[in-house]
Amino acid sequence: MSIDLSQFKQTFIEESLEGLDIMESTLLNLDVGEADLEAINTIFRAAHSIKGGSGTFGFNDIASFTHVLETLLDQTRAGERDVTAPAIELLLASVDCLREMINALQDEGATYDEEQVASVQEKLEIMLNGDKESNTESPAAAGSTAASEKNPTTTSGWLIKFAPHPDMLRTGNDPVLMFRELEGLGSLAVDVDTKVLPGFENLLAEDAYLSWEIRLTADVAKDQVEEIFSWVDDECELEITALAPAGDTAEDEVVVEPEPQPVNTDVKATPEKKAAPAATKKVAKKRSTSTEATSIRVGTDKVDALINLVGELVITQSMLSQLGEEFDMGKIEKLRNGLAQLERNTREMQENVLRIRMLPISFSFNRFPRLVHDLTQKMGKKVDLKMSGEQTELDKTVMEKIGDPLVHLVRNALDHGIESPEERIAAGKDPVGTLLLNAYHKGGNIIIEISDDGAGINKQRVLDKAVQSGIINSPDDISDDAQVFDLIFAAGFSTADVVSDVSGRGVGMDVVKKNIKALGGAIEITSQEGKGSTFSIRLPLTLAILDGQLVRVGEEVYIIPLISIVESLQIDKKSVNRLAGCSEVYRLRDDYISIIRLYSLFGAKPDSVDLEKGLLVVVEGDGQKVGLFVDDLLGQQQVVIKSLESNFKQVDGVSGATILGDGTVALIMDIGGLIDLSNTLQRDSSDGAVA
Amino acid sequence: MAQLPEEHFMDTAQRLDSDSIIANGSGHEQYLTFMLAGEEYGVDILRVQEIKGWDSATRIPNTPDYVQGVINLRGTIVPIIDLRMRFNLEKLEYGPTTVVVVLKVESENKHRTMGIVVDGVSDVYSISADELKSAPEFGDDVNAEFVKGLATIDEKMVIILNIDKLLNSRELNVLDSAANER
Amino acid sequence: MAKILAVDDSASMRQMVAFTLKSAGHEVTEAVDGKNALDIAKKQSFNLVITDVNMPNMDGLTLTKELRGLANFKFTPILILTTEAGGDKKVQGKAAGATGWLVKPFNPEQLLSTIKRVLG
Repeated sequence: MSIDLSQFKQTFIEESLEGLDIMESTLLNLDVGEADLEAINTIFRAAHSIKGGSGTFGFNDIASFTHVLETLLDQTRAGERDVTAPAIELLLASVDCLREMINALQDEGATYDEEQVASVQEKLEIMLNGDKESNTESPAAAGSTAASEKNPTTTSGWLIKFAPHPDMLRTGNDPVLMFRELEGLGSLAVDVDTKVLPGFENLLAEDAYLSWEIRLTADVAKDQVEEIFSWVDDECELEITALAPAGDTAEDEVVVEPEPQPVNTDVKATPEKKAAPAATKKVAKKRSTSTEATSIRVGTDKVDALINLVGELVITQSMLSQLGEEFDMGKIEKLRNGLAQLERNTREMQENVLRIRMLPISFSFNRFPRLVHDLTQKMGKKVDLKMSGEQTELDKTVMEKIGDPLVHLVRNALDHGIESPEERIAAGKDPVGTLLLNAYHKGGNIIIEISDDGAGINKQRVLDKAVQSGIINSPDDISDDAQVFDLIFAAGFSTADVVSDVSGRGVGMDVVKKNIKALGGAIEITSQEGKGSTFSIRLPLTLAILDGQLVRVGEEVYIIPLISIVESLQIDKKSVNRLAGCSEVYRLRDDYISIIRLYSLFGAKPDSVDLEKGLLVVVEGDGQKVGLFVDDLLGQQQVVIKSLESNFKQVDGVSGATILGDGTVALIMDIGGLIDLSNTLQRDSSDGAVA
Repeated sequence: MAQLPEEHFMDTAQRLDSDSIIANGSGHEQYLTFMLAGEEYGVDILRVQEIKGWDSATRIPNTPDYVQGVINLRGTIVPIIDLRMRFNLEKLEYGPTTVVVVLKVESENKHRTMGIVVDGVSDVYSISADELKSAPEFGDDVNAEFVKGLATIDEKMVIILNIDKLLNSRELNVLDSAANER
Repeated sequence: MAKILAVDDSASMRQMVAFTLKSAGHEVTEAVDGKNALDIAKKQSFNLVITDVNMPNMDGLTLTKELRGLANFKFTPILILTTEAGGDKKVQGKAAGATGWLVKPFNPEQLLSTIKRVLG
């Protein structure tokens, strides 16, 4: 039978990448000089699994790399080797190499940086051999080949004296099966010796009492015979001698006695029984590898909850259908109750289905220990990363999209928030800075906070910079702190010496803010000079559902996200002004806001173009307030967001569509896009007027 | 047949000449044909997902007028293109025979489901590659690049459309690139 | 045709072992670690147990010891999967009550010929 091993490749890749993640995070938590046995065991186990798998599935480069790594870790585990800072760095570098090698398996023909791998492997070997000579033996060579050189002799056969110890059967070995195997080598003549067999009354059924003398006539090497007894060689008296005088030396009378060196082994003198892995809790860590992993792993509890709900739904349904069969007006109350129950079931079902897409934010947070470790090494800073609320869940898609902005903010905090140890000491602070990542639920949102205890934001410098870059005309334009901090997110805010564009990524804070807004979220800064800053991100838990206000324009229904609505009001004509050009503005208390006539922007036929006959919905998007003129407000409801792009394309001013209760499609407004669209049209028409 | 999952299509198929559906020799491809202003057009039958009656669509603002809007097709949002308007043919009031042919359209990196409004479904033909003649220059109305070829069946001409080119062209690309500029 | 319990925390190895054994006509139950295996073993008997050594929650040696303590596993063959570097594991495995071992890396053919040694 031949089995195609390639079918297991994908599983191997996935579990290895998971293992590497575990190795990495455990390494980062390892304290220098302190041998945390459990942590080292966890790291060892990950390397060990990768080695076992790669060897089995024929990925020999990975196997040979992990072999060195594993040996090193095995010695560390046995306490023969200290955990040093350079060792941790080297192990981290090995993790990177392995990750690259395993990722290269993913695509046919993909390659990895062989030089890099070779250099790390060399360093591992130097560490392995250089400072510890006692273990120069190559285990690969010590293994299966060890026995073969022992006995090159051939004979006409072997005399085997085999006397099992009484407890041999308890290891599941069966002499009959061994004889059967011997039979496979040649012809057998067996004499049984029953002299130690006790009387029946003393016979213990589980003990072995018999011994045998076996004459094997076969032209085989001794180690082939030994191999058959290799599993029991310390549970029996075994003598194997050459049968016929095949002209050989006395060397053949090697007797394998009890207390033997197991035939093929590389036993080390370091008994480490107590080092047997203690129960470590495996970090339940899953990660969607690379970019677009489309599958999702769901905890069984979530599935069970759904199954229960479906059960309830079935009960409600059968109750309602029974009610329908024998309905009379006297049962109207029962019907109402049934419908209420149905509504509750449906809502719970919806919530639970959405929960399937929810993953703990630790998936996103997990990359930060490494990032912080690497960056602080590079910058010569000392930072203690603390994380809390890692189990807070959010939608998988939101998580994927928030990753990059979070990285940017963390880099920023390290680069410009937290000072160098010298500066911190001079400022009377602990030389080790603290970076805190925190996540929690609040209302229908998740809040993610990135706080540092660094220098804080220098308001004066921000203001100077903003004036210099022409974002504001004079510092007097800005009244409060929040507005000052908000300048950081302005496009074109030169981040040179205040909040820098880190490591030449070419991404400014404006992009961070834009990405967060694209997810329907917001970002806020609080900062105190000398004490530190907190960037606080608010995001919706899911992108799949939103609370919407249904509005009507003629026969068309649109949905405005409730979150962007400030207020809705009847229009008082006296408050409407027409600016030069053609834009209309509405005076709302102390503010002037532009009026966008939705029918004209969207080419719909309204009930009326008279502003007093309709309603003005004041909305806020991209920090700008505008009034949307519509015919009427309909109800508010939760809507499930469907993509327009999957079968069509992106439409300006529209973020998606939903299906209403009657089965028709309604479009969901993208307020920011709507304002852009209106501005563009306005500009175009005024340009046209000038020309 | 097994590739055509939709029950709507089964109804249509039953009306049609069943022999011509089953016969599928090597090199022969099957085409569903429909009428549009007296002309018969064909599309690869493997791309047809279903055929349904016309029902109102939700208008999409600021799109060309041949984009009728979007409909709810069992929970997914599917755009509907009026093929008469697309080909600058005279507009016809939608009637009981007006149907929407729902097609699977493939582009470089994904496939979309889109519907086209036609006057009525006609037939299914099996046409071999060498029966397909390349199209002469058309006017602007039916751009030659949307035409995969012409076939003659029972003395009638059938225009075989390349729906990927047709439905990926102006509808999607022009506006996509406009969106990219922003 | 035997009932076999395959224990390994590595999904790919477990799949490989299970697939190979199933292809040879055996009935295979999979367990992800020693603890999982022990829970399963408390409810049913097997003709053979094949277990990895290094596993979280409960390693293969502890599992072997625990299994030998169960009445229905006293004589059941238990094979441990070790690496060539793990010579001491073989000794420890025997001490724990294992029947024998199989050295990683191994291929499906080696696996099948090894289990023949204990299943006959």
